[in-house]
Amino acid sequence: MSATAAAPALDAVWSAEDTTPAAIGDALRRLLAERHAESESYAPARALNLVAVVEREQRAEILASLERAGRHHPSRTVICGVQRGRRRLGALATMACEVPPPGGVAPCRERVELDVGEEHLPHLDTVVDPLLVTDLDTLVWSPSDHPGAMDSLMRLADAVLVDSSSHADFRQGLDRAASLSPAAHVVDLSWLRAAPWRERLAAAFDPPQWRGRLAQISAITVRHHPSSTASGALLLGWLADRLGWETEPLRESPAAGSAGASTLEGRARTGSGEVALRLDAAPGQEAPGLAGASIDTASGASLALDRGPGGLAARRRSAEGRESSWVVLGASRGEGGILGEGIRQALLRSPLYDPALEHARAMLG
Amino acid sequence: MTMTDTLAESSPAENPLAAGLERTPVAPTTLVIFGASGDLARRKLLPAVYNLAHEGALPERFNVIGMSRRELSDEEFRAQVGRAVEEHSRRPPDPHVLRLLLERASYVPGAFDDPDAFGRLAETLAARDEEAGTAFNPVFYLSTAPSFFEPIVEALGAHGLDRRPDADVRVVIEKPFGRDLASARALNAAVLRVFEERQVYRIDHYLGKETVQNMMVLRFANGIFEPLWNRQFIDHVQITAAEDIGIGTRAGYYDSAGALRDIVQSHLLQLLSILCMEPPVSLTAGPVRDEKAKVLRSMVPMLPEEVPGRAVRARYGPGFSGGLPAAGYLEEEGVPEDSRTETFVAARLDVQNWRWSGVPFYLRAGKRLTRQATEIAVTLKPVPHLAFQEGDASGVRPNQLILSVQPNEGVSLSLVTKIPGAKSRVRPVNMEFLYGTSFLSQSPEAYERLILDTMRGDPTLFARNDEVEAAWAVVDPILSSWGGDGGPIPTYPAGTAGPREADALLEPGVGWRPL
Repeated sequence: MSATAAAPALDAVWSAEDTTPAAIGDALRRLLAERHAESESYAPARALNLVAVVEREQRAEILASLERAGRHHPSRTVICGVQRGRRRLGALATMACEVPPPGGVAPCRERVELDVGEEHLPHLDTVVDPLLVTDLDTLVWSPSDHPGAMDSLMRLADAVLVDSSSHADFRQGLDRAASLSPAAHVVDLSWLRAAPWRERLAAAFDPPQWRGRLAQISAITVRHHPSSTASGALLLGWLADRLGWETEPLRESPAAGSAGASTLEGRARTGSGEVALRLDAAPGQEAPGLAGASIDTASGASLALDRGPGGLAARRRSAEGRESSWVVLGASRGEGGILGEGIRQALLRSPLYDPALEHARAMLG
Repeated sequence: MTMTDTLAESSPAENPLAAGLERTPVAPTTLVIFGASGDLARRKLLPAVYNLAHEGALPERFNVIGMSRRELSDEEFRAQVGRAVEEHSRRPPDPHVLRLLLERASYVPGAFDDPDAFGRLAETLAARDEEAGTAFNPVFYLSTAPSFFEPIVEALGAHGLDRRPDADVRVVIEKPFGRDLASARALNAAVLRVFEERQVYRIDHYLGKETVQNMMVLRFANGIFEPLWNRQFIDHVQITAAEDIGIGTRAGYYDSAGALRDIVQSHLLQLLSILCMEPPVSLTAGPVRDEKAKVLRSMVPMLPEEVPGRAVRARYGPGFSGGLPAAGYLEEEGVPEDSRTETFVAARLDVQNWRWSGVPFYLRAGKRLTRQATEIAVTLKPVPHLAFQEGDASGVRPNQLILSVQPNEGVSLSLVTKIPGAKSRVRPVNMEFLYGTSFLSQSPEAYERLILDTMRGDPTLFARNDEVEAAWAVVDPILSSWGGDGGPIPTYPAGTAGPREADALLEPGVGWRPL
């Protein structure tokens, strides 16, 4: 196999217990100068700043998540670990450079792990701002719930990374995403988990003989991991937006789904009739995200997509009753891959999310 | 969101679900690889197909059929595909995805001049359609020796595989497309007797590289360059494709081609045409290829007597590479003792149009040079007056814009700046943009992009018939001159920057960029 994965990283480290943003900035410049003096092959990555606010004890877990994010590394990562009662600013700065290939360039990525106290949070922007690479987009992420810190950091944010499924109440997760949207581009991991499903539904209805059946859709069921109602709602919201449906709030089904799992159902009005909508929790699904989607049309044709190893298993039945099945190839990205995709999406701007979010919130009341 | 974007007011011809997606749907496709057991298929095409599958970028319905002379069963072919992916994929394969991909692979053994083999291919294609209940778009990828291009195309036509009422049929033809102008015209004529031009994808994998595609973006999305992009401000251009390796196991092909055919006629003239083209009306296939073809037609072919003064050939002799002894070209395995094939070529070309008249374009390509580097160096004219004290200005150099294609993809602009200190001494420094440090995404392999484009039916990054013929018209006089007596062929030691004779092509005061 030809190796294109990043070569093992070489780290340079600086730390201080009672420090200032200016001192940390100096240290980063010095680390870069030292590496560059070793070899001109070392070059600082300059694509994106990532700022994350976490409980200090959660920091190792978040760093491990970022390591699993694959090749989508931010150029400069600032992790603010919140420690109760802390008053002084502590910092650990690391510069990780890939081993230079012969004649090639070795990107270097910088990470600053800050130790901050609750006292710092209302004005955390004044700590973080001097540490950002000027002119790069900044992605702000708060896996822990620190609304005060987030409010402070919003003035620095070009994009905000959220997971609308991470809230105990999925409605709150979607509302939170909507509240952030006017100030910055929202990258929602729950939306990204449904990306392959959007692409595959679009592909399934792309043959000209199937496009007309979009107007005949009579029922849709989306099955999802019990914690991923928001992903399911966003998929329905996207369909509603793209197909011009008027949605109404979904209700808990009186007849619970399989194994007593929750089910939401309702209807949407189309130009020619109604579509029955259903969100089914699938307790058997292990990974967050969607488990399946089924679409029926008024003519009797149907399409079902189910998650499986190596891709999505597709089954189609024509109006005449002819059935066919196949697998749509694609490797599972895993949660690390989803996070990496979230970081990559910070530099892109999907025009589809906001309208889908609006419909999803309307459906979930 | 305007209502015109939604189904309510869209025509049935549109798919409202596809709008705004990062990856738009691709119609069901069966990719037929002729020469499926060959080196290119093994090292590039099959790993590219796997990576498209891994990323979910293949059409939702997809088959791959291999065809070549070797007698293989479907199972043996699948094992061969699996090994190719394991050895050459840019990422470790996911076992589930690879298994499912292999289930869609089948094999048709047969010689390319055997009508029965094409009958079996037609049956296999029909069977795939029948199984799926849908008409797959066939993409015929000719990854064979060039001598088979014409027989394969004729056989496809003879078996009615060139057109389908219910599907789009496309043919991808690898380089080299012809070995001179006459043979390229003959091959074009043969291909276009069977296929329409819109069905033909002449592949040059350089055009799938991100940096090459970025040349158009750089020029046409940045206001800073276009005012300078002409004979008033540009002094000269150097386009280099240097390799540090020798011919490896490709003696059979390479000795019949040489550096001029292998690199200059295709890759370097494509780069030159993109560099010099006028802004197209849109960055779609027709307008882009129109403008590239105009550039190639603006290059007046050399007269026979001009060739010695404007083109230099050479071949590598024994030397050192990576600190170890390296054989000369004539000592390489499989190279005939009396070979007159060049492994290095340098030429001065001129684009005779309003924008570029008088600007020399120096092209250079070779094997066993000091290092691998493919780049375009645009050198601006010097400033009209230097107001520095004598000596202080010794570091002043004309600005250069360097577009690096490989191995480091990026753009660099040299600027003269003051050296810190009390005196006003100056030296050039570089402003650099590197793909490896500026983006979060890894560039896909060129073949991934190009194979996907053939399945999408987008020929923008493929050469049209008139482009290919115009490029051959540029190099044909050189080939003719060298094909005769041509005189002795200079030698350069392996591991060096090439022959000194190449320096004579340059205007006074100009040097080749260091490799």
